[in-house]
Amino acid sequence: MRFYRALLLLYPVSFRAEYGAELRAAFERQHPAGDVFATLAMVAAAIADVVPNALAVHWDILRQDLRYMLRAIRQSPGFAVTAVLVVALGVGANTAAFSVADFVLIRPLPFPQPDRLIKLWEKTPGYGQMELSPGNYRDWKASAKSFTSMGAYTDVEVNLTGAGEPQRLHIGWVTSDLFSVLGVRPLIGRLFNAADTVAGRSVILSYALWQTQFGADTRILGSGVELDGAAYSVIGVMPPDFHFPTRDIALWTTMGFDADALADRANNYLDAVGRLRDGATLESARAEVDVIAARLRREFPKDNESTGAAIFRMTDDLSARSRLLLLALCGAALCILLLACANLANLLLARAVSREREIAVRAALGAGRERLVRQLVTESVVLAVMGGAIGLLVAVVAVPGLARLVPDNLPIEQAPTLNVRVLVFAAATIALTGLGFGIVPALRAGAGRGMSGLRDGARAGGGRRQRVRGALVAIEVMASVVLLVSSGLLVRAMWRLQSVDTGFNADGVLTLRTALPMPRYADPLAREPFFTRVLADVRALPGVTSAAYISGLPMVMKGGIWPVAVTGHEVIRDAANSASLRFVTPQFFGTLGIPIRNGRDVQETDAFNRPFVAVVSESFAKRYWPNEDPIGKHVQFALHDREIVGIVGDIRVRGLEQQSEPQVYVPYKQVEAGSLVYYAPKDLVVRSSSTAAAPLPQIRRIVRAADPSQPISDVRTMDEIVADQTASRLGQLRVLGMLAAIALLLAAVGIHGLLSFTVSRRTQEIGVRVALGAQSRQIVSMVIREGLLLSLAGVIPGLAIAYAAGRGMEALLAGVRPNDPIAIGVAIGATCVTALLGCARPALRASRVDPSEALRAE
Amino acid sequence: MTIQRSAVDAMLPLPPATFHILMALADEDRHGYAIIQDVAARTDGELKLSAGTLYRSIQRMLDQGLIAEARTRPAPALDDERRRYYAITPFGVAVARAEMRRLTQLVRLARARGLTPETT
Repeated sequence: MRFYRALLLLYPVSFRAEYGAELRAAFERQHPAGDVFATLAMVAAAIADVVPNALAVHWDILRQDLRYMLRAIRQSPGFAVTAVLVVALGVGANTAAFSVADFVLIRPLPFPQPDRLIKLWEKTPGYGQMELSPGNYRDWKASAKSFTSMGAYTDVEVNLTGAGEPQRLHIGWVTSDLFSVLGVRPLIGRLFNAADTVAGRSVILSYALWQTQFGADTRILGSGVELDGAAYSVIGVMPPDFHFPTRDIALWTTMGFDADALADRANNYLDAVGRLRDGATLESARAEVDVIAARLRREFPKDNESTGAAIFRMTDDLSARSRLLLLALCGAALCILLLACANLANLLLARAVSREREIAVRAALGAGRERLVRQLVTESVVLAVMGGAIGLLVAVVAVPGLARLVPDNLPIEQAPTLNVRVLVFAAATIALTGLGFGIVPALRAGAGRGMSGLRDGARAGGGRRQRVRGALVAIEVMASVVLLVSSGLLVRAMWRLQSVDTGFNADGVLTLRTALPMPRYADPLAREPFFTRVLADVRALPGVTSAAYISGLPMVMKGGIWPVAVTGHEVIRDAANSASLRFVTPQFFGTLGIPIRNGRDVQETDAFNRPFVAVVSESFAKRYWPNEDPIGKHVQFALHDREIVGIVGDIRVRGLEQQSEPQVYVPYKQVEAGSLVYYAPKDLVVRSSSTAAAPLPQIRRIVRAADPSQPISDVRTMDEIVADQTASRLGQLRVLGMLAAIALLLAAVGIHGLLSFTVSRRTQEIGVRVALGAQSRQIVSMVIREGLLLSLAGVIPGLAIAYAAGRGMEALLAGVRPNDPIAIGVAIGATCVTALLGCARPALRASRVDPSEALRAE
Repeated sequence: MTIQRSAVDAMLPLPPATFHILMALADEDRHGYAIIQDVAARTDGELKLSAGTLYRSIQRMLDQGLIAEARTRPAPALDDERRRYYAITPFGVAVARAEMRRLTQLVRLARARGLTPETT
């Protein structure tokens, strides 16, 4: 019988209270105690009796509640629509934010045992993560026992020719064992092996390239492709979800290292990844690689003097900024959810008050507290589910718009897709929301206010309940202040970045890339006719004022950093003695509007057989000759001794947010054949007079005339390149700004709702005041004071939380302080205006109360 | 108090358990277990209402106004004060009658088509 009694708990409380004893008695008489078999039969009968019937009773009640609710909704559809929309907003924002965050931060990389994959870096003072040199990579790989395997890669650009229009491709250049380190398999064909490295003529295609360029032809294996004029053979195609190291890699080919490459330990360009051996941990591997790095420092003091090792899990190889950006998004979405819950709780409380008489009647007619609470919870859950379903749709629509927030440099797809985890999250959010806004009003309604609700003209909704509603409105104001201040800080950060002096004049500058294929153009003498012809023809175009070539555009090519030694001093490899290297043609500074402060530009006469020269930026000059004229001084840079012949203004090579190394510009002719081919000029910059249209079609013709197999890629204006610097911020700001605006709106609705309610409840009191001589101005200010006090109660904790949030995202603020007075001032101002708008109608209504009517109504 | 025809019709057809409970209460007020016994006796043990089914039906029938808690109780010597007695209401009687008419009609229609309960 104990078992049966326990089973009875499945029934609703009210049913149990009503019939529990009789149920037990009846069951007892139907199933008298007996032997083991009788007991077993009784247990089975008890289950068969209670489970379906309990479910049926619950279902009956639910149906009753739903019917009741539908009736209530028909009576006040505005409430239901508002509630559903508010939930949709909260759930939609959170589901969308979670899908992106889950996709980038939580979901593991698409490789087997991704937590065993380790990224390896060199480090020197000033550079915490630096690519490896081939020599160091080979020695780390040979000596480190913590890894079962290690591979290296880098990405380069090549021209795909021989298959229609020449194309510029971004490709992965990998060691033959890299794919097996990652643990991936090809879709068709095979992976690289050591023989491929020796021959150096095999390629594996990405799924996307195979689809678009080769028509998904399964007989592709063994056919030839032409990269930079050399013939390669296709040995495999990777599956569609394989992207490595980044999404836009079109194909992979092998790299090997000759003796020269292995000897040069100052040429760092390899990304390395290893797979941890069973039993090894990140810490043990780190200790081992540190020991190896120390040994190499002793063995190769010239290049490795200050070189250490830095290793991380590949899953953690995500910039702090990207991480922070997503966390900020999640925080904002949570704020909206909190706001939505507070708003709904308030709506429900207001409704509970207006329904108080009805509820009191039902209670008086015998509906137990449990039934009333259940009724109200059912209502909120149904509203939450309806809103949640719409919210989920909102999220599905919104997620592709958030793809901008997925960092480009991860080996994952561009946009998150809806998955089970996201659906579970959404369901949990909906449940939480339903309970979050439903439980407080339900408990308060069921708190046994008894007959007071029935008393005619009862002043329900006063005292404690009013305080609860006030607190909820304060929470709404608080959440919107947090969002407003955070968005304000980010807007300020963007303004600050946009006002950063780039050091050049981007207006009217068109850029495009014509990367000459190697080894055909490995000799600068082979490149010279191309540059001469293209530049001469482009400069002759109508409207073009100047044109030049450079190794890589500022803010696009950020690396290319070399150690500097003032002639006669030793080379020190650290950040304080490094500078960026660019080869340029004459007119580069004029074209980009970089001022020449002293000396001269690079000239055509600066040929290979003439003294090697360099033009340096002001910060470079200041660093080495703070109180001297640097013209005529010599430095060891980029493999040669060079005389400084000109000083130019500094530019933001690394972009608006990062400090840049000083710059050194070298004439494009002053380099040996086959040396530093990575720095061979490839970006054309063209300045046109402001009235002329972009001369792109003519430039295409000019390039084709100079070399018909030369593709043109990356056509952009310099303005676009600069704007791109703040594009991800702009995307994030749009999202945050929209959330802040919604928050403000919800808060206004909250304030308005509460004050309207208060005024209508206090009509009589206001009537008395007016009868006693209060002016309508006094009445208005009384209502407004109440509204402002309510906002203040939210603003103060809101500011505290916003400050903490601002501290947390300081890395995103580009130097704007979290207590920035403008951002905070505007947020407070906006909140006050919102509060006033929320107060306006109730205040007006209060001022129009007619005392005789208000008193008569009683 | 008049009984609306439409209210009666809205109840039809009755679930078998409901009809049996109404029949059990037609001649006298009974407590829950007595209803179970009566139904079992009248159907020669073919229909044994479980306690859960009975009380779920009772709750619904109370809500629908088909039955009510009886005001009179048996003599104290025969009574167990934990028990509650249920009585059929005039509305319950009307509904039971309507259900009976419906079933009779149905049987008549079946007979007219030559169907008989005997197995062939």
